[in-house]
Amino acid sequence: MLSTRNVNKKFGSLVVAEDISLSLPPGVRYALIGPNGAGKTTLINLITGLVAADSGEILLGEENITALKPYQRVKRGLVRTFQINTLFPHLSALESVTLAVLERDGHAHNWWRGLPAFSAAAEEAFAILKSLNLEKTANRETRELAYGQQRLLEIALALATRPRVLLLDEPAAGVPKGESAELFAAVEGLSRELTVLFIEHDMEVVFRFASRILVMVGGRILVEGSPQDIARDERVREVYLGAAHAA
Amino acid sequence: MASVNDTRWGPLEIAFWLCTLLPFVLAPNYLSLASQIAITALFALSLDLILGYAGIVSLGHAAFFGMGAYTAGLIAKHYWAEPISALLISGIASGILGYALSHVIVRFRHLALIMLTMGFGLLLHEAANSASALTGGADGLQGFRVPDVLGFKFDMFGRAAYAYALAVLFVCFLVTRRIIHSPFGLALRGIRENATRMPAIGAPSLSHLRKAYTIAAVIAGLAGAALTHTTSTVSLDVLSFGRSADVLVILILGGAGRLYGGIIGAIIYMVARDQFSGVNPQYWYFWIGLLLVAVVMFLPNGILGGLSALHKKRQ
Repeated sequence: MLSTRNVNKKFGSLVVAEDISLSLPPGVRYALIGPNGAGKTTLINLITGLVAADSGEILLGEENITALKPYQRVKRGLVRTFQINTLFPHLSALESVTLAVLERDGHAHNWWRGLPAFSAAAEEAFAILKSLNLEKTANRETRELAYGQQRLLEIALALATRPRVLLLDEPAAGVPKGESAELFAAVEGLSRELTVLFIEHDMEVVFRFASRILVMVGGRILVEGSPQDIARDERVREVYLGAAHAA
Repeated sequence: MASVNDTRWGPLEIAFWLCTLLPFVLAPNYLSLASQIAITALFALSLDLILGYAGIVSLGHAAFFGMGAYTAGLIAKHYWAEPISALLISGIASGILGYALSHVIVRFRHLALIMLTMGFGLLLHEAANSASALTGGADGLQGFRVPDVLGFKFDMFGRAAYAYALAVLFVCFLVTRRIIHSPFGLALRGIRENATRMPAIGAPSLSHLRKAYTIAAVIAGLAGAALTHTTSTVSLDVLSFGRSADVLVILILGGAGRLYGGIIGAIIYMVARDQFSGVNPQYWYFWIGLLLVAVVMFLPNGILGGLSALHKKRQ
């Protein structure tokens, strides 16, 4: 579904992505793990076009999307969420998600018809919020929502674009440990046709929800495999779980 | 099921627009001031669309006001006196200028944007100043008269002038009101609220901003043309930095992003200026300054923002 071929990126002399080639088949739940500074978020930025790669190619399905702008990649079904809430503080949850639906359907350029004429978009947005248990706060301004609800709204906005590939940058960042399972249950409930890649530090959550795991270290993909493979892999133990296991 | 946005007219809105007719009856000696206010309100409404809704700061918005004013002046002086067609052409001319500049403007934000819009404003001001064969330079354009609108004569009492300015304001207000309650208006608010997120939900933000900027330029051009038609002169002042700064002050005073902020701001600012300059012609800017400081300190979202916060508290 999504693949990269030999993607490289340097910030000055700092190599943040080196020769990244990966291939995510449809419907897989990928976890992207690695120590801080391994380049996980940068990889999502490269894939979604927020940061331009120095070399290499990014393909969505059969299409080469390397030269496309971020919004064009979203239109083709490659969508991300953000580690730090990147929401619309003074719009209500419903307005925000409705906006995403309107953009997806190509209605957002319409300036001559009132929003009530687009009630189908609002209803779809409401259904998305409901599927994430946000229906009670649909009409509250985003800035008034509880932090955990804002994390869910991050996902709701992404879902409203009808993604084919969803990249979740630490969806549970800042959420108390007990509640992150709830958040990942929502991720697990997503359509099986959707390809999901998520960054997560909590190994319990990773091994519970991922069907495949990618390990990044120092801007490189160290290894890719099933959770069992990764748990057994000596190199992973050394560089990533090293501190705990060496003790 | 919850609605996204209520677009119906409230009783307060209807009452407000009925009140705009009061000057005809209550203040017939102030009709020329009233038409100046209506034109300034329209100019502020245009700025509100880009600043209040899309978040584009501008310190050079007079460029479009002046473009409209000069286009209307040149048409009246050299071609024909009928104002409605001239008004529309002026709006289009200003819109073309706005569209051209928008390709540069929308790529910048914050301080760079302020400098850039100010720079464009100054460029146009100097260009009009030096192209005196066309614009009359510092003397401006004079020696033309706009005889009537749809049969109503522009008289010295300013009845037709105010009716004309008010009608242009009202029609543009209806269009702007529709825009901000449309999907496009929601997208503009999205850009204002979080420019980073918009591309991530598939929004072509720059194209949205170019469109908003062009529409705002058209409205500012219509305001400028209305000034030309109601005063039968064009002075270089229509392009001045002072006019760009005044309209920004007016919008902040009234409350940006509230549709009525520019209109309320224009009424208060222009009436205050009229009264203060009557009391002390030399130092009236002192009082305007005091008013601005007080509003920004105590009502950071402008007069309308303060009123709406008060209203929420009482509920």
